[in-house]
Amino acid sequence: MSTDPIPAVPGTAAGTNVETFRRRRRPSRARVVRAVTPYGLVAPAAVVIAAVLAYPLYSLVRLSFERYGLFQLIAHHGTSVGLHNYGTLLHDPVFWATLKRTVVFTIVNVGLTMLLGTLIALLLVRVSAWVRILVTSGLVLAWAMPVVVAVQLWYWMTNYENGVVNYLLTKLHVGDYIQHDWYGSPTAALGVTTSLIVWGAIPFVAITLYAGLAQVPHDLREAASVDGAGALRTFKDITFPALKPIFLILTSLSIIWDFSVFTQPFLLLNSRPNQGYYLMSMYLYEKSIGVHEYGLGSAIAIVMVAIMLALSFFYVRQMVRVGDVR
Amino acid sequence: VTASAAPAPPLRRRRARRRRLARVGWNALGLAVFAVMAFPVYWMMSTAFKSGDEINSYAPKWLPVHATLLHFHDAIHTPFFWVDVKNSLIVVGVTVALSLVLAFLAAVALAKFRFGGRKAFILLMIVIQMLPANALIIPLYVVLARYHETGRLTGVIITYMTFVLPFSIWTLRGFIIGIPRELEEAAMVDGNTRFGAFVKILLPLVAPGLVATSVFAFIQAWNEFIFAYVLLTDSQKQTLTVWLAGFYGTSRGTDWGGLMAASTLTAIPVVVFFLIVQRRIAFGLTAGAVRG
Repeated sequence: MSTDPIPAVPGTAAGTNVETFRRRRRPSRARVVRAVTPYGLVAPAAVVIAAVLAYPLYSLVRLSFERYGLFQLIAHHGTSVGLHNYGTLLHDPVFWATLKRTVVFTIVNVGLTMLLGTLIALLLVRVSAWVRILVTSGLVLAWAMPVVVAVQLWYWMTNYENGVVNYLLTKLHVGDYIQHDWYGSPTAALGVTTSLIVWGAIPFVAITLYAGLAQVPHDLREAASVDGAGALRTFKDITFPALKPIFLILTSLSIIWDFSVFTQPFLLLNSRPNQGYYLMSMYLYEKSIGVHEYGLGSAIAIVMVAIMLALSFFYVRQMVRVGDVR
Repeated sequence: VTASAAPAPPLRRRRARRRRLARVGWNALGLAVFAVMAFPVYWMMSTAFKSGDEINSYAPKWLPVHATLLHFHDAIHTPFFWVDVKNSLIVVGVTVALSLVLAFLAAVALAKFRFGGRKAFILLMIVIQMLPANALIIPLYVVLARYHETGRLTGVIITYMTFVLPFSIWTLRGFIIGIPRELEEAAMVDGNTRFGAFVKILLPLVAPGLVATSVFAFIQAWNEFIFAYVLLTDSQKQTLTVWLAGFYGTSRGTDWGGLMAASTLTAIPVVVFFLIVQRRIAFGLTAGAVRG
């Protein structure tokens, strides 16, 4: 912690002497420079962050108490309406239905992502080297796909006329999916969205967990299995506790991402602007940008951010701890 | 592991056989995982090369037998493709360059100095990265409209700074922290000033981290959709992701070959860059998580 080259030795006269001697000798200008340098280094980034984030965030809060439509957008200032926007929001049945749908959607997506990601990470430990390279490259390939590209890809694979998914499912005798409309009901459409999101999210989870597994002492797992512990028990008693911090971070990140996911459902379900398909982020978009109601939209955004801050409390705590290692 | 008693060898052999069988099973499962993960990407690329008949046939053709470059030709001759490539490059280039310079300075301060407000700043960097983009887009849109910057690339660059800058600070800080303090001190003992030690020792060591961070920042900005979609409504001035999202338009008859060729073209730079830095970033994001 201390940057003093010679630490004071408490209780001994010699130590104190050396200390005061050095203190007096040290040029004060250098000390000032040293104290100011970090602020000078942080300042440019801090100014930009204040301009592009702090000010808009302040505007967000203010907008949420204002009526701010197209007219106000042109006039450049809104009219204060107090808590009216929040009242409108809380009395909107669509809001509550959307919130409920989004919570279920988030639980399913995060659950599937973490479960499959963990299983793949554990699988990577057990397979031969060449299979591991193959699987890892497959994961990286999926990870590298831009979201908009992945959406178009899913749209093509699930298309009504001759989607390859329809064909494969029919051939595998899962059912008759020839000319099946995947976007006909909210459940099916959000199911397809889930498959897209989970496919895109698995690589990060699996590769990170696999990297973490490599840090769990191999002897420990070996010893457990020699002692006759089953795979499940070894995982529960040895692997999981060691990886708990990573699990915590990955789960929180997934919750944050999936709760506010926008691009995938918005583009994939774009042709159905039906309220039955809304997730929170789409509801927010349709109620604000979509109809030029920026005041109400800001209120929705604030409610969303509040929910996310509550959800990600553990993530922030963990990250601050990690950030404090040194 | 030690075999001492007489019945041990057959037992060991049986165990080895069972292990080999298990290995085959795990490998088969691994191949299945590979197939599921890689198939969509394969399907995109193969569709891009297939002839129209192969694409539209009821039973899918697994290989592009009559491979053609026609769809790529169509895609790059779609209106605004090259304009939007250029726009994407401008937006991404300026965003990454600006962010990296600012982030590097801030990251050095956060990693190598102790000062009041340091913890608060780190906390801020973490919290900022959790703000959903479409919560931020509303005030950003309103503020940019006030300064008549909607519909212009400058506006988009400003909005991209909101996520690229905090991310770069956070990641670079991780890379700089990883450099042992002893190296720096050794250089200072050798008669260098702190700044000299910094240039001679720190900079070369952190260079790979700088490259990795800038590439990852590039990918994030290149892939971004919402900000560009909301801000850039004029088709003359859009980014590649917005162009791709609007590729099939509203018409019923989608040009799947062209769409997949366009998708492939959009993905190629990202995939190439991703392969370069993936290992480093996966480490950078969670380094210290186990130890912590």
